[in-house]
Amino acid sequence: MTTTDPVPPPVDNREQAAPGKPKGWQFDSSLVLTMVLLAGVALQGPVRGALSAPVVQSWMTVFVAVMVQALPFLVLGVLLSAVIAVFVPPSFFARALPERPVLAVPVAGMAGAVLPGCECASVPVAGALVRRGVTPAAALAFLLSAPAINPIVLTATAVAFPGEPRMVLARFVASLLVACAMGWLWHRLGRSDWLRPPARPVSDGLGRGAAFWGSVRHDVMHAGGFLVVGAMAAATLKAVVPADWLGLAAGHPVVAVLALAVLAVLLSICSEADAFVAASLTQFSLTARLTFLVVGPMIDLKLFAMQTATFGREFALRFAPATFTLAVLVSSLVGAVLL
Amino acid sequence: MNRQAQAAVLFLTGGAILHTGLTDLHLRYVKAGLRPLLLAAGLVLIATALATIRYERRAARTHPHKALPSASVPAPAPSPVPTHVHREPWIAWLLVLPLLALVLVSPPALGSYSAMRTGTALQKQPWGFADLPAGDTVRLSLVDYAGRAAYDGGRSLAGRRIRTAGFVAVDRDGAPYLVRMALSCCAADGQPVKVGMTGRTPPVLRPDAWLEVTGTYTPKRIEDPVNGGVIPFLDITEAKPVEAPRDPYDESWNG
Repeated sequence: MTTTDPVPPPVDNREQAAPGKPKGWQFDSSLVLTMVLLAGVALQGPVRGALSAPVVQSWMTVFVAVMVQALPFLVLGVLLSAVIAVFVPPSFFARALPERPVLAVPVAGMAGAVLPGCECASVPVAGALVRRGVTPAAALAFLLSAPAINPIVLTATAVAFPGEPRMVLARFVASLLVACAMGWLWHRLGRSDWLRPPARPVSDGLGRGAAFWGSVRHDVMHAGGFLVVGAMAAATLKAVVPADWLGLAAGHPVVAVLALAVLAVLLSICSEADAFVAASLTQFSLTARLTFLVVGPMIDLKLFAMQTATFGREFALRFAPATFTLAVLVSSLVGAVLL
Repeated sequence: MNRQAQAAVLFLTGGAILHTGLTDLHLRYVKAGLRPLLLAAGLVLIATALATIRYERRAARTHPHKALPSASVPAPAPSPVPTHVHREPWIAWLLVLPLLALVLVSPPALGSYSAMRTGTALQKQPWGFADLPAGDTVRLSLVDYAGRAAYDGGRSLAGRRIRTAGFVAVDRDGAPYLVRMALSCCAADGQPVKVGMTGRTPPVLRPDAWLEVTGTYTPKRIEDPVNGGVIPFLDITEAKPVEAPRDPYDESWNG
């Protein structure tokens, strides 16, 4: 769909495109889209029949539910990110954050408390901050802390653990610690060439309206596509993997922590809801459940896909395991002290 | 995917989300409180689609040869990387999947399959239970009955006829349960609250069918084999099939 030289009207596109193009063939994506939608409508009956098995139905329900639930928050994050990209001048962040990255990291981490939403909103916002010249260490601290320590999530945690008010404190402390530690770690060890955001449409020279809507369109299509990958993974886990496997892991204290950490990654539940799921995992220790609450908003399948979309694969492949390890260690320590 | 196709996907997704929010369809997938956000998101997506079309048309007028669907960067002038042409993300094609799933299939709310795979979510509430309203027969939500039966020792239930509703689920051994899924955000975190049925249960039980049952408290209880949670029982005197409620999930925990 990308050509550099002038072509005649789009109708003739396919016939003319074939010879001498970098890609062997080109298609008209509007045409393909129409065909896909028409095929879907035409095959509605057989498709519904094939999808009537309970496993498949449950898979579809969870898949659609994750998408429907995450889209409003993705749209919120994308709008905020477009506002930052188009209307907030870089000088604002230079004044708002301390100049030294070492100090900017905790300030940005605390600032995460004001973004009311879940992790789908924080990824595009953090991406916009980096493009706007905020030091990556600070933007990453914000990325990790925002979904875990905002008032909505902490309130949900308090409601889900009515008898354990210290769970809220432990979640706040552990999440903030991990976010700052990852920020500092990036400041010490991170290399800027790992951060290679995929190319974006050039917006210089366009009007503000065009730049704003261009950014919204690009981010929704791009991050939304990755969100689909994450939603499919989460639905597969929820519908296919038997839940009684977990019971086996609960007995051993160390295995229990690791099992819930992995479960948080695989389930990819919204951070506003994960506390209720953690509360129902009654056979696990409080420390193991704290780990679930700290790991989930920072790294899961859906987030990994979206981080790849926003910051590039090189980055996500290094950042995700480091975040996971640190989150497990810190929440075990905080759990041992506070719970 | 070129920008016209992107605009079409954005428009259709926005329309589908708007439709989901305006009808009861969204209650199958997310909590009721998310509705205003769904409507807002649908409108933003549609606005984005319209804006995309508008700027594409404008670009087509000002730079006729650059703004064909195949050219993706309407920026003129020598850009800093002259050879770079931005490729539109292929991953965006995946957005067609949830669109088709939502519009063509509209999968049902979570049912007995998910319920029997997941442990009961019944939890002890520290603030106790209020007294029941006077009258011969009391109507209670299934989650309320389960909580009182499991953690209140049936104190408030003694000598009362209880009427409640839920859908049928049958475990591997054929034992019937009445279930209500409880939801805190979306169906991905939906968890069942199960109540066992004893007494005069209907002879034929179809999983996922909704029943309204009348019965009395019984101290019988078992442990959920999945997570060791408590499953209280209800001694059924009467059961009749009913329509599924408007909101299939219990949202009483959302506070």
